[in-house]
Amino acid sequence: MPEQTLIGAIRDGLACALAADPRVVVMGEDVGRVGGVFRATEGLQERFGAERVVDTPLAESGIAGTAIGMAAYGLRPVAEMQFMGFVLPAVDQIVSHAARLRARTHGRFTAPLVIRTPYGGLIRAPELHSESLEAFFCHLPGVKVACPSTPRDAKGLLLAAIADPDPVIFMEPMRLYRSVREDVPAESFTVPLGPARIARPGRDVSVIAWGAMVPAALRAAADVAGDGIEAEVIDLRTLTPLDEASLADSVRRTGRAVVVHEGVRTGGFGAEVAARIAEAAFLYLQAPVARVTAPDAPYPPFLLEDRFVPQPADVAAAIRSVVAF
Amino acid sequence: MRVVAFDAGELPAYLDEGGHLLPGAQAPDPDLALRLYRQMLLARRLDIRCVNLQRQGRIGTYPPAAGQEGVQIGAAMAMAQADWLFPSYRDGAAAAARGMPLDAMVAYWMGHPRGGIAPAGVNVFPFSIPVGSHIPHAAGMAWAARLRGEDACALCLFGDGATSEGDFHEGLNFAAVMRAPAVFVCQNNGYAISVPFRRQTAAEHIAAKAAGYGMPGLTVDGNDVFAVHAAVAAALARGRAGKGPTLIEAMTYRLGPHTTSDDPSRYRTPEEEAGARAREPLGRVAAYLEAAGLLGAAARAQLTAEVDAEVDAAVTEALAAPPADPGDITAFTVADGGRADA
Repeated sequence: MPEQTLIGAIRDGLACALAADPRVVVMGEDVGRVGGVFRATEGLQERFGAERVVDTPLAESGIAGTAIGMAAYGLRPVAEMQFMGFVLPAVDQIVSHAARLRARTHGRFTAPLVIRTPYGGLIRAPELHSESLEAFFCHLPGVKVACPSTPRDAKGLLLAAIADPDPVIFMEPMRLYRSVREDVPAESFTVPLGPARIARPGRDVSVIAWGAMVPAALRAAADVAGDGIEAEVIDLRTLTPLDEASLADSVRRTGRAVVVHEGVRTGGFGAEVAARIAEAAFLYLQAPVARVTAPDAPYPPFLLEDRFVPQPADVAAAIRSVVAF
Repeated sequence: MRVVAFDAGELPAYLDEGGHLLPGAQAPDPDLALRLYRQMLLARRLDIRCVNLQRQGRIGTYPPAAGQEGVQIGAAMAMAQADWLFPSYRDGAAAAARGMPLDAMVAYWMGHPRGGIAPAGVNVFPFSIPVGSHIPHAAGMAWAARLRGEDACALCLFGDGATSEGDFHEGLNFAAVMRAPAVFVCQNNGYAISVPFRRQTAAEHIAAKAAGYGMPGLTVDGNDVFAVHAAVAAALARGRAGKGPTLIEAMTYRLGPHTTSDDPSRYRTPEEEAGARAREPLGRVAAYLEAAGLLGAAARAQLTAEVDAEVDAAVTEALAAPPADPGDITAFTVADGGRADA
């Protein structure tokens, strides 16, 4: 089993999909000749040709809108939006069309497409290159949102997203693109959209995270272990559909919960997670659910980003505080 | 109206405003002429009925298409069975001509969840309610057909207001770059609700914008159904031949309000409306058919009775539909039914 970085696993997943299914078309700005600004599609155009790995005009609404038409006609477009901060021109297409095409035609027309988008901060990027906008898309019935934190999950979830009959927003934590490695099966496999994963088992507190916040939560868990606190880290992997059963099961065992995300606090997906925990496990809670999030402010210039994005020390402090409650 | 810059050559116009064959114009095929007229008449009678049903409180807000049948029927009936139609909300006449059942359209404006859905084999996308955002869908579908080596083309209908939207630009640009076999038909009816054409663009004609995308653009008299049919047929043939997309601007007029909630007397004069009525497309074809000896007054009355019976049957069926099923609210959100996280 070859060792892969997260971005290598994504590239490998795209290659598996292109090789296995002639309906798959990879499209977006710079995905062809240069292989993507992060090189997620490097080598794919040489291997599969310029009609299947397509450099498109620089137009996000056009990318999403044409992908809808292609998907409705029977293709499986996998569109890249270069950074999540640039997905916004495509939001009308995603909200007004992709998310509701199946519902408004009772399945006569559907939009089985994937929008891949690098997201998140701490890479010293220019403005609007560090956004975490998952809450916008989690508010959208008809669209699924996946966010891997490991190379194996990145490949498996991506292949599940491409095979899925509905639109999927696939968020790629760019901070982890090259900073995590693990063995990933070379063949095609899927990690189903839905089930969460216990990244570290523990009995004292449940720490719920996704994407780049999972390693931060794991570091925090290792830190508080020195105080005798055994934190369980749950990697959601998919935000919608949300694995409420796994959340409830973990919190019923630990009685405490900390939710961690890079997006801002108000209306963030952590609020939904906290509400589900309250609904499903209220009588098991021994402390209020804590949220560790970015503050309610625009993402700052990168010299301040370490103070904006939750750090392992912030997560560790929240864990200690709910345990001491 | 003169056609500009189209590599299929100068396209003919057929009828003057009174329905007389223009000097030098070849008489249209009689069978085609009769089929176009029948479909236009059906659309007009259904349109009048829908306005009445709204006034009676039996359907919801309705956007009348009267006056635009020349464009919609001329375009739709130039399409092949495998082609896909991407209509906006006022394009029920075109949808019906492509096989969308009339009762499904009435049901849609009734607010019934089972309404507005094309049956299998009828390649009519659901009406786009946001203005212009369906234009990239047509580009994508046509691009996909080319990638698959299939003959299907896309035909997208929209109004002059839609050309101010960013998706008009993005959709046409994608279609041209990808050499997608798409035909974009702008129904320039002079108004986007109340805002006149001159507030949408400083260009003399929408067709002029085509040059910026590297595709041919032409302006036709949208109230000359034969001219629209010929222009769209040539553009579809061009697409099928691998030459890419075409923009057609069809000059027409919305005889009625934007919707049943609109009052056009606030922005149009009676004189302007009377002038437009004198140029409207349906009476023009009727006059032509009568003068050509193809459909006299008695036969026209009989045909009207025939299409009215079709409209009656569709309205009866739509009004008799089973009550809307609350289960439909969530049943089709995602493929596995109900909530994504069920």
